[in-house]
Amino acid sequence: MVGGLLRTAVCAFALAGAGLSGANPGVEPLPVAEIAPGVHVHSGHQAAWPGARADAVQGDIANLGFVIGEHCVAVIDTGGSPALGQRLLAAVQRTTTRPVCFVINTHVHPDHTLGNAAFAALEPRPRFVGHARLKASLAARAPFYREALERELGVVTTAADIVPPDLEVDASTELDLGGRRLRLQAWPTAHTDNDLSVLDEASATLFAGDLLFIGHLPVIDGRLLGWLEVMDRLASQDVRQMVPGHGPPTRDWPAALATQRRYLEGVRDGIRRALADKRTIADAVEALADTGIDGWLLSADFHRRNLTAAYAELEWED
Amino acid sequence: MNTLTSLLLAAVLAAGLAGPAQAQAQQKSDPDNPEANATWQQMRTAVFQGRPITTPAEAVLSLDAPERAQDAAIVPISIRTHVEQRPERYIERVYLMIDNNPSPMGAVFHFTPRSGRADIETRVRVDAYTHVRAIAEMNTGELYMATRFVKASGGCSAPPGKDAAAAMASLGKMRFRVEGEVEAGKPALAQLMISHPNNSGLVMDQLTRMYTPAYFVRRIQVSYAGEPVLSADVDFSISENPNFRFYFVPSGAGELKAEVIDTNDLRFETVVKVGAGT
Ligand SMILES: [Zn+2]
Repeated sequence: MVGGLLRTAVCAFALAGAGLSGANPGVEPLPVAEIAPGVHVHSGHQAAWPGARADAVQGDIANLGFVIGEHCVAVIDTGGSPALGQRLLAAVQRTTTRPVCFVINTHVHPDHTLGNAAFAALEPRPRFVGHARLKASLAARAPFYREALERELGVVTTAADIVPPDLEVDASTELDLGGRRLRLQAWPTAHTDNDLSVLDEASATLFAGDLLFIGHLPVIDGRLLGWLEVMDRLASQDVRQMVPGHGPPTRDWPAALATQRRYLEGVRDGIRRALADKRTIADAVEALADTGIDGWLLSADFHRRNLTAAYAELEWED
Repeated sequence: MNTLTSLLLAAVLAAGLAGPAQAQAQQKSDPDNPEANATWQQMRTAVFQGRPITTPAEAVLSLDAPERAQDAAIVPISIRTHVEQRPERYIERVYLMIDNNPSPMGAVFHFTPRSGRADIETRVRVDAYTHVRAIAEMNTGELYMATRFVKASGGCSAPPGKDAAAAMASLGKMRFRVEGEVEAGKPALAQLMISHPNNSGLVMDQLTRMYTPAYFVRRIQVSYAGEPVLSADVDFSISENPNFRFYFVPSGAGELKAEVIDTNDLRFETVVKVGAGT
């Protein structure tokens, strides 16, 4: 089972890493697993962001990663709070002495972006990389994310904790880490309007961001029909393993994409039927509230929301 | 910014009265006590001159909204009224308020006897835990209120829209239809959909420190056979792609016509032919 293997790898790494010098004493490095040579992944909790004051989640719900080249390191997503960014940085620095040259955000959501500030303080400052529409989305949403973090966890942030991209990708681009290239692809609106995937060519590992959910119910915050199209294009890629935004990294990513497709198509078809039956948005959400969620985690948090978003999108179909 | 709230307050505020609590001041609300909210108390004085308001008022109107805003950008609101719209006594206005939104007065709907029923369904943004209010004002002046407490959902749900570029690209597209069988003299249900980003303009660009300009639908006028059946002053508390369901009373064959005006004074118009009783 993938989860079991990962956990073993985490423990093994913690022992191996204990000897390396930590640059930031007092900050506990996030546990990470090396899923391919030079490719490290931290697995977040399967929970809703940001969690509650009393629980262990503390904003730590997304998968975060870093890839080590011969010259420098690229970080892929930074965690759901400034403290998690610090802990991810500590994990990087415990693993390698090479500097971080790129911080890539796969999309705007707070569990992927709120750790950015830890890396903005580095000298020299890394480039922050995102989809061409990330900056606008982050500006619009960050005030709500900051408020939620304070309301739910009591974590007070400042405007400086929100770090927008300074290298914007509107189609695709390559980043050179020294003897190792990352290929970045900006997608049309899918999970959000600013999804960016990261392919490590050396290991054929694709960081899909939240274009792929495993376990955690997929969340529609962009365009359902667009997402289904993007999934077709993802499925045709030649990659060895995928790191989803949530859930365990997997080599059997075609099956994971198929499972996600089944859910999203179920939402699409259910809402189309409700529209044909002239149900209102509230009635449609009620009628489909228990449909299609078997086997998924967090459906109580996100299924109705997905139905709501899908209705508002699909009622404009011709 | 000329929000509906500030326009309303400017029109009625007595000199010396403090302005509305604006964007930054997050009001605390008590779910069990709809009266205990500073913004509401201000609006109550300024808009309703402290007149008595009957609440709850199930015999006049009820308000439906989800207890938890699943998607803070799209919160369905349904206001149902239980008063026949007769010329001698009818609901003339329905105010839709969201206490803790940056511009609390989300919409003011104006009805006539030819509306048939003063029901309205729409979708709103909810910025924070808040009371939502529907207040009916009779042509004879009495006020009735229904309230619901709505919790903003989990942290990653946010009121801004989902695809800013797409929203601008389809700006002004409209859908307008009458639902079900139409019978002369009986209230018929219509739905108006307007493609518009309807954004708040309260978003600050973190780099330039500039606010994006607000851009939203501000007025809607619907007439049937040349007679007004619904008009509304609305605001950016209404969700992206504003959507309204309402009633009108068809007579013979006639045209149902909707005119929409946004804050850039762009006007959009759409018409649906209604063949009542034919
Ligand atoms: Zn996401």
